[in-house]
Amino acid sequence: MTRTLLAAIARLISGASVRWVDCEPDTCQRVYFANHTSHLDALVLWSSLPSHVRELTRPVAAKDYWEKGWVRPYLAKNVFDALLIDRTHIKVHQSPVDLMLKAIGDTHSLIVFPEGKRNTESEIDEFKSGLYYLAKKRPDLELVPVHIDNLNRVLPRGEFLPVPMLSCITFGAPMWLEAGEPKSNFLERARSAVRRLKET
Amino acid sequence: MNLMDLATFGLVGGVLALLGAATGIGQLLKQQADTGMNPAVIEQFNLRIRAWWILCAVLAVAFLMGRGVTVAFFWFLSSWALREFITLTPTRMADHRALFWVFFLFTPLQYVFIGRNLYDLFSVVIPVYAFLFIPARIAFAGDFKRYLERCAKIQSGLMICVYCLSYAPALLYLKLPAPPTAAEKIEAVVTEAVATEAAAPDSTAAVVPPRQHLPPNARLLFFFLLVVTLGDAFQYLSEKTLGQHIIAPAISPNRTWEGYLGGVGCATLFGTVMWWATPFKPWEAALMSLVITTMGFAGGMTMSAIKRDRGVKDYGTLVEGHAGVLDRIDSMCFAAPVFYHLTRFIFPQ
Repeated sequence: MTRTLLAAIARLISGASVRWVDCEPDTCQRVYFANHTSHLDALVLWSSLPSHVRELTRPVAAKDYWEKGWVRPYLAKNVFDALLIDRTHIKVHQSPVDLMLKAIGDTHSLIVFPEGKRNTESEIDEFKSGLYYLAKKRPDLELVPVHIDNLNRVLPRGEFLPVPMLSCITFGAPMWLEAGEPKSNFLERARSAVRRLKET
Repeated sequence: MNLMDLATFGLVGGVLALLGAATGIGQLLKQQADTGMNPAVIEQFNLRIRAWWILCAVLAVAFLMGRGVTVAFFWFLSSWALREFITLTPTRMADHRALFWVFFLFTPLQYVFIGRNLYDLFSVVIPVYAFLFIPARIAFAGDFKRYLERCAKIQSGLMICVYCLSYAPALLYLKLPAPPTAAEKIEAVVTEAVATEAAAPDSTAAVVPPRQHLPPNARLLFFFLLVVTLGDAFQYLSEKTLGQHIIAPAISPNRTWEGYLGGVGCATLFGTVMWWATPFKPWEAALMSLVITTMGFAGGMTMSAIKRDRGVKDYGTLVEGHAGVLDRIDSMCFAAPVFYHLTRFIFPQ
């Protein structure tokens, strides 16, 4: 109930139109990876999924941001069931990738932002290697590129009041890690897959 | 049923019949495979019809629930149009706070003033106070890149989408001449006609004091919306059938002088025939319709220029499958303030 309501509010504020290009909503296990420009990204991407898919999808978010105050932890824990990752203390025996894989088991999907932090430039940053290791350890996961457009104007970095402009979420064709593909090639391929969605 | 009811039902029934007929024609054209017509044109036509149905349904609900609801509905319409406008005109990060106040202070404030009929305030709050506030707030944010351009964009958006459009619901608060206008006017015509013949028995004098089903202001707003949208529709039709002389090819390859004349001519004729539903005399209704449709055409032209500048076809391209709200109301935005002021001039408050 709260989830549906929050998703509806997020859709209204962000004015998000959702496009699926060469891809259909599905409950199979996926990793949605997107460019990161606003705090709203995770919430809006999550709410733009159809509700039966949304139920099975957990955004990966920064612990330091989502544990502040009392609204954010409530939302993260009870509403969209975020997987909070500690960006400051990364332990060797419990790497973020292992945490993610443990969290999704064999039913859930993930939303990740491989740039690692919000980006204020119009060009998408280099991707962090987490996506590569996810793909390597679980080659069965579908990796779906997602491009988020204009959300940085709805809530830019450093602002806390959103301006209700229209945004656009584009889902692209799933991709996989190819046999023997080097890390940097794969990450560049993933990045350009997101970038290409901007033009479609 | 008395004459007042007749006027109201005539208006509502006429609109419903018109829309019904248009829908029927649209669906028929869609199903016929080889009419020799461009399917995109038919699709466009059907899309417009659907938008009008929605507009009519929402307006009907708003009218029935009172002026406040109508004002709130136009507030929503304004906000949505402004949202489309600002989305497609690039602003910079430093404009964020200014935009926040535009959306959440000036827009609601304008409609609150409209709802309280504070003419002295709603006629100046945006063109003066918001006009001054926006550049100041942007200056304080400390980013001078394309400064004047950014100010102008936000100001234009606010003026067109909020200020101008808000004059449409403001019509509901004008003091118009004594209520039973439509009944009296028809009666006057009838009795005049009767008087010229022999002394016929008094049949129309039995008109009971009319009950107000639709207050005259609501009918005035309805008349306005009807003439604007019909102006658009007739103009579209005449462009498709007669269009030859393009006005400004660089702005819009569709807008022709034939389209303008056809649209304005037909809608003015229609508006004149509808004089009995308005507080106007027939010649006033004709003049009003002429002004409304001309302004509407100017609005469409202006919005085309802005869209051309931004390199988009529709404001709604961001929302797939829908033409934008702004694409539908551009002519309304331009016609509303002029119609309001002329009406105010004819009936001094």
